[in-house]
Amino acid sequence: MPIKIKVVLPTAFVRHTDGQKQFDSAATNLPGLIADIDQTFPALSTQIKDEGGKLRRFINIYVNDEDIRFLGGETYAFQDGDEVMLIPSIAGGCC
Amino acid sequence: MEYSCSAYELKCNECGRRFGNRPLSGCPDCLAPLEIVYDLEAARGTFTRQAIQAGPFNIWRYAALLPIPEGFQPDLPVGFTPLIRAKNLGKRIGATNLYVKNDAVCFPTLSFKDRVVSVALANAQKFGFDIVGCSSTGNLANSVAAQAARLGLKATILVPADLEPAKILNTQVYGARLVRIDGNYDHVNRLCTQIADEYAWGFVNVNLRPYYAEGSKTVGYEIAEQLGWRLPDNVVCPMAGGSLIRKIRKAFNELIYLGLVEDKPVRFFGAQATGCSPISQAVKQGLDYIEPQRPNTIARSLAIGNPADGPAAAKMILSTGGWAEDVSDIEIVSGMQELAETEGIFTETAGGVTTAVTARLYAHGRISPDDITVVCITGNGLKTTDAISGQYREERAVRPRIADFDEYLRELDASTEPELATAGASLAY
Ligand SMILES: [Zn+2]
Repeated sequence: MPIKIKVVLPTAFVRHTDGQKQFDSAATNLPGLIADIDQTFPALSTQIKDEGGKLRRFINIYVNDEDIRFLGGETYAFQDGDEVMLIPSIAGGCC
Repeated sequence: MEYSCSAYELKCNECGRRFGNRPLSGCPDCLAPLEIVYDLEAARGTFTRQAIQAGPFNIWRYAALLPIPEGFQPDLPVGFTPLIRAKNLGKRIGATNLYVKNDAVCFPTLSFKDRVVSVALANAQKFGFDIVGCSSTGNLANSVAAQAARLGLKATILVPADLEPAKILNTQVYGARLVRIDGNYDHVNRLCTQIADEYAWGFVNVNLRPYYAEGSKTVGYEIAEQLGWRLPDNVVCPMAGGSLIRKIRKAFNELIYLGLVEDKPVRFFGAQATGCSPISQAVKQGLDYIEPQRPNTIARSLAIGNPADGPAAAKMILSTGGWAEDVSDIEIVSGMQELAETEGIFTETAGGVTTAVTARLYAHGRISPDDITVVCITGNGLKTTDAISGQYREERAVRPRIADFDEYLRELDASTEPELATAGASLAY
């Protein structure tokens, strides 16, 4: 059965998506989502990946509030209805 | 007093692009964190020992190398905290040249966060924000709330719901709006990134972050000045997001570049709690890749599982020949007690981490006994008393009679002598 996930983007990215802050994807995992972005929003793709084609390390990816790395990263299989968020990493805390 | 600042602007750490001055935390191109860079040549005329020493005894004596908007008149005397020679602690852990930089007494809210917030809020005003905010594990919340009150700004502060009660109260008392988030700091941080994206609020550690982080440099300036315009051999620093340790080094490098101190290698050592030690784990493996963790430690002010400055901090530590260590919750409590018993400094859990890590660094020969070593204590223990409550038993009340007092002392000697003898001295680092 095909699945549908919702992908949410920060404002900094929408200049590459014709102003869209979110879009739907049928990707089943993270590599699939990246491939989908390559196809649909090539400009966004070059922003979120480095010269070597890897996701930039300053991007965090969350699935329904959880860092995807805690879910298995690239091996995590998206579930129908998952909300996937791309957010630049930032710091805070004491020091 | 006239506060003259050098020209400064935002620059991307990775691609080098410059962005002038505006509320922006990451590079729109490569998403890397932004940093403030200065016209250091222009600073040669204004950032001199003489000019600094003529300034007030607070962080504003270093205004020439802080990102302070033109016309800003700072009137809050933040910083210039004591650097004390820690002979007693040194004796206990095998150090002969140990200093403690004590930001447990920083004004107005007893943590080093008062430094960063004062610089951040100066810029919040300049950028026209009426509402300021932060995501915080406590100390930052306290400081933003206090300084926003004084500046007449509204504050909305987001914290993990399970924060220490004292830190919550110390935020609310200033009239700040406190939002408890059902999640850990990394959840709160992520939400704040989204809020800053949607609302026109000045988040000191999100969209104002490059300015805010620069306030940390003052710790480094003060250490050098208080050591008589020389640099230490080693600095031990707690790490949460990984920012402070890098900014102390930036301060040292600026002083060297401007000829205010002699050039010498300084090694940097990071301290974390084992229950949240992504940067220390990276350093131990010789990597600058950070594997995020789910925090589980009493040192909540250091509990950042996914530190944004972590990769840079790990890389910097390794490049200086330093090291990072992490200690258990039991060691953290002992570290707090040790610093209090030896030097009269009551620090929060983060300071317990730093003290215990320092002891281990000496025990493992990572630091030579005679090196000039500065340990950075960043917050006050009155805010995390719950961490050590239960460590001391409540004694019975004694009648106001000398005979009763004599009797009481005899009882005490008989029952608690062995127990007292082991307190704080029982650590096996
Ligand atoms: Zn860049």
